[in-house]
Amino acid sequence: MVAKRIIPCLDVHEGKTVKGVNFINLKEVGDPVLMGRGYALQGADELVYLDISATQEGRRTFLSLVKRVAKEINIPFTVGGGITELSQVSALLDAGADKISINSAAISNPALVDSIACRYGSQFVVVAIDARVEEGIWRVMSSGGQKRSNRELFEWADEVMSRGAGEILFTSMDHDGTKSGFAYQALSTLGSRLTIPVIASGGAGKMEHFAQLFKEGKADAALAASVFHNGEIGIPALKRFLLESGVVVRL
Amino acid sequence: MVAIVEYGAGNIRSLSNAIERLGEDYVVTSDPSLISTASHIILPGVGQAASVMCSIEERNLTNLIRSLSSPVLGICIGMQVLCSFSEEGDTGLLDVFDNRVVKLRSPGLKIPHMGWNRITELSGPLFESIPEGEWFYFVHSYAPEISRDTVAFTEYGGKFSSALNKRNFYGVQFHPEKSGQAGERFLKNFFEMDKRDGYSE
Repeated sequence: MVAKRIIPCLDVHEGKTVKGVNFINLKEVGDPVLMGRGYALQGADELVYLDISATQEGRRTFLSLVKRVAKEINIPFTVGGGITELSQVSALLDAGADKISINSAAISNPALVDSIACRYGSQFVVVAIDARVEEGIWRVMSSGGQKRSNRELFEWADEVMSRGAGEILFTSMDHDGTKSGFAYQALSTLGSRLTIPVIASGGAGKMEHFAQLFKEGKADAALAASVFHNGEIGIPALKRFLLESGVVVRL
Repeated sequence: MVAIVEYGAGNIRSLSNAIERLGEDYVVTSDPSLISTASHIILPGVGQAASVMCSIEERNLTNLIRSLSSPVLGICIGMQVLCSFSEEGDTGLLDVFDNRVVKLRSPGLKIPHMGWNRITELSGPLFESIPEGEWFYFVHSYAPEISRDTVAFTEYGGKFSSALNKRNFYGVQFHPEKSGQAGERFLKNFFEMDKRDGYSE
């Protein structure tokens, strides 16, 4: 049986891992390659690197970082942030990324999902979806959560899957940063209706949240940043806890 | 010198990086003379069975690959092309292993099979120092059926061959280059094999 995956996410700005809320109060937390290698040694199953710099110069720095990550890290990693066209995808894959994730660009140009899947295979394409509940409807947001789209979460997830996405990374903006648990119900709905893996993000605060996610939430993987970066949750301890809770994990 | 066979399919960067981390010299090539004189030959990962077979034929490598006597390792699609037939596009393959490659199917099963899974009932020198049930990283939708050449099994909606071995030919459905320390150990085992090891027929 395939293991449930634990995925630390590293936001990268000017070549450094940073944390902050919505691009405000960015604080450096370390070198992305050293941190990634540390997480890999502790038993992380994959890594996600998100480029949150918005300049040309920042993009070049990120590309050379991807090359370093590929050279030094022996587990799969996904890269994303600001990808809008096929040429960026091919540069990132050439640099050694195992998967790319797209978010806003898929909303404004859904055919981009088809093009990437068609050229590189579905296994390369993660579609990230940020959403929050508005009047009882899970509304998909773009541009780092700044802009409202006319999409609804479940229909959008179905559409990107049929366009060839290999995985969905769903972030609940209502839960993100609260540390009060994942959006279990929405994740369970996604997990039941999709035939591709679902990565859950937003709301991780304690180890019990991960156990509940994999049992009730039907997610295939969990992504988190601050609880790992702060050292609040150690990956080896988390995995032992999950194993004792009856969740299949790689130890 | 290790030869990674270039057949225009997929991304071989993670494989070449893994080989560099192990300190082996390698060349990425479709040149028959380099391939036939290499100490170890790798048929790499990602792609689609029919298009990979096409590229192998275009490069006139079909007979050369079949006749290699040094250790050969097929990874993922590189293993599948060594089998006899694939359901993916109903494609005839190189027929080194007589396994058929079939689509993973089972009600409710997520496809592709993506992530870490266990390999079991391990046999042979490739798995030296690799414990029974060790985890490796998989990304695929098709897999070889079980045969007498199966040297490792994996369970995903049923059992499939996650490793095959016949004479000097080895194949793995997982990606050792992405499988952390276990994967590095596995590649090291492969590079430590020479013509004397492992096979007798």
